[in-house]
Amino acid sequence: METLEEIKGRIENEISGAIVEILPNDSPSNQRSLLIGAEHGFRVAAWLRDEPALRLDYLSNVTGVDWPEKVVKDKVKVKRVVEGEEKEIDQVMERRLGGFLEVVYHLYSMEHKHGPVVIRMRTGDRAEQTHLPSLTPVWRGAELQEREVFDLFGIVFDGHPDLRRILMWDSFQHHPMRRDYVEVDDYEYEPTPHDAVLAKARQHYPKEAKSE
Amino acid sequence: MSAVLDHPANQPSGGIISPERDGKYTVLAKTNSNGEVDGDLLEVSMGPHHPSTHGVFRMDVVLDGERIVKLKPVCGYLHRNHEKIAENVTYLGSIPYTDRLDYMCSMTNNWAYALSVEMLAGLCAPERAQYIRVITAEFTRLINHVCLVGFLAQDMGALGTPLMYAFREREKILDLFEALSGSRMMCNYMRFGGCRVDLSSGWIEEANHIVDRFPAFLDEYENLLTGNEILIARTQGVGVLKPDLAISASVTGPMLRACGVNYDIRKVDNYGIYDRFEFKIPLGSHGDVYDRYMVRLLEMRESLKILKCALRDIPEGPIMDPNAKIRNFKPKPGEAYGRIEGPKGELGFYLISDGGPNPYRYRVRPPSLINLTILEDMCLGQTVADSVAILGSVDIVLGEVDR
Amino acid sequence: MDQGLRSELSKQGIFTSTLEELYNWGRRNSVWPLQFGLACCAIEMIATSMARFDLARFGAEVFRPSPRQADLMIVAGTVTKKMAPQVVRLYNQMPEPKYVIAMGACAISGGPFKQGYNVLKGIDRYIPVDVHIPGCPPRPEALLHAFMTLQRRIDSQKLTGANRARHLDPEAPSEFPVPEFGADDLEPAYNPQVWQPPTFVRDE
Ligand code: SF4
Repeated sequence: METLEEIKGRIENEISGAIVEILPNDSPSNQRSLLIGAEHGFRVAAWLRDEPALRLDYLSNVTGVDWPEKVVKDKVKVKRVVEGEEKEIDQVMERRLGGFLEVVYHLYSMEHKHGPVVIRMRTGDRAEQTHLPSLTPVWRGAELQEREVFDLFGIVFDGHPDLRRILMWDSFQHHPMRRDYVEVDDYEYEPTPHDAVLAKARQHYPKEAKSE
Repeated sequence: MSAVLDHPANQPSGGIISPERDGKYTVLAKTNSNGEVDGDLLEVSMGPHHPSTHGVFRMDVVLDGERIVKLKPVCGYLHRNHEKIAENVTYLGSIPYTDRLDYMCSMTNNWAYALSVEMLAGLCAPERAQYIRVITAEFTRLINHVCLVGFLAQDMGALGTPLMYAFREREKILDLFEALSGSRMMCNYMRFGGCRVDLSSGWIEEANHIVDRFPAFLDEYENLLTGNEILIARTQGVGVLKPDLAISASVTGPMLRACGVNYDIRKVDNYGIYDRFEFKIPLGSHGDVYDRYMVRLLEMRESLKILKCALRDIPEGPIMDPNAKIRNFKPKPGEAYGRIEGPKGELGFYLISDGGPNPYRYRVRPPSLINLTILEDMCLGQTVADSVAILGSVDIVLGEVDR
Repeated sequence: MDQGLRSELSKQGIFTSTLEELYNWGRRNSVWPLQFGLACCAIEMIATSMARFDLARFGAEVFRPSPRQADLMIVAGTVTKKMAPQVVRLYNQMPEPKYVIAMGACAISGGPFKQGYNVLKGIDRYIPVDVHIPGCPPRPEALLHAFMTLQRRIDSQKLTGANRARHLDPEAPSEFPVPEFGADDLEPAYNPQVWQPPTFVRDE
């Protein structure tokens, strides 16, 4: 199979305006992925499926990932005059990274028996701009998986034929796989407590027990 | 293949639609603005408590007389939050949970997860462990297929007997698993970088004994079922699935091979040591329930071949990769997607590590759920009684559908 | 009846019994379970009814698909919040006298999945449970043991008096409210008639 760099080059040639970025992967698995701009996601996907040399006709897996806002601390060397001498000191700089939701698609080819090619798309943020193009019209196999991502992460797939909750009940209001979801506290009673469960259950114990 | 699918829900009419031979759909009945069907159609909710939905699965069907004109799978009744829990426990801590995903096949689940973690952390199981994995995985395939055939026959009205035969054989294999891991169903046996304990003495003889006797059982089983007139009438030409639709809908496993698509991850990826064994991939040609049933029966015979070789060739040696750390295991940041050919289809685990002791994202690719995508397409135009047989032939386990 | 008189009579070939014994004997030996599996434990339940373990020895092999014909509900597996209303509804549809076995850690308390946001932490929050079997999954032998426990329990039920069986007490409810799906949990989260969180002090 072609390398990711070649695929990236060809996508950018074929589909004008498509933004493709290669994301590194440091683990020994070395499965790098292509980050694709959401506006052209649908056309890129259709191209990947139909391109005769690639023929990624089999969408194996659709994963939602939640990346909440985070503050990154970088150490930067700054030149500064200390006690009359110019010195390099480490200074900690804080950067705020915006949160976003991400969908990861793992593609294989049943015709050529190669793969995986991993493509990802990202939403603008986690609150309002949570729309992404649905790839169900390209690969039917995404249908239930995208519904699941919608249910658990709250990513809205435009163009999905039947976007409803799939695992939780319809009147449920949260997206429980998001990392900031707080589940309801129904740990009134815990017969065999252990670690995290015990900590939750303990909040319901009477005062005397807690203070000990 | 057209860019936009001929999916019922994509049709502009918004009504009840039925397929025709060339893959187009025609409108059978209109729905009113409230989404209720007009006319003499009957809406039936099968499940979540229904004896032949293999657990707590629900199908909302709309019927025109006996014929199905619309079917919506409803799941989530066994959504146990496997992924969320796995993100809050260590890599090791999720292994018992993988047992409970597809509770008929705990060994293959263990393997798929161990394989993904091994890819993430760069571990490699030693020879002997690889052999043990193949042996247990193929035994698991036997258990799964033999029980599935029993359940399928039960769904079609053969109450009890085929299932009894299947469970009798299953118990023998479970005894082996119990001797190996200490537990009948939830084996919790594999670790990243190898296996938990070595085979006990006499295990291989015991296993050989079962492998030797299994073909006789299969012959007997097939004698009772395969040529049976009722079984043929109920399954041939029922629930036909076309190969392109199957590929597009990511159907995997025996379901896919029954449509004639030659795709078995044991051959494609050659994970583990499958390249050392000679076995064939049985393929169907019609893609109906009967083909799915036959593919499974033939697969069992191929599994027996693999088992024979593996039990003969298994070497002595260590069963754990010396680099594997069980406690305080923190893989480098990165991600990995590992997959194996489970008895139900492609079982994959996608892990993202942020360098901590717990996976940042843990995702299971559940073959049972994804194989359900085309349930409606297979059932449209068939009778209700057939839908039960079709669902049975998909081979779902709810623990995996809903996770 | 006096034991001595009874054994004396039986020596003469006269068999005596009480109505209560007869009634309980009949019910004890023909418990029909509801064919109802939720998760992994259900496979062990099926295994129990199959050849090796043979539940038929206890007169309980007739698994009924309809709750209207069943006496015993084996809650075999994880009860999720999405499924809990259905379980309660099925229980309500069973005719009296009815019994419940909570099979496996999940049905008792949520088990290994206790920390799940969609997992009910024990079915006894909504319906009364007669026998609990721990285990994940309990072995078929454990289910058999639970059956025998249940049979013993049925045997000891009184027909009259203050301690009479629940189904003979017109005051005792035989149906329980079905919880509703709320925006973030089931409403109510438990049925206070059936279950109250026990208050206890743990000394550590
Ligand atoms: S107790 Fe264990 S085996 Fe039983 S349903 Fe729960 S997880 Fe499955």
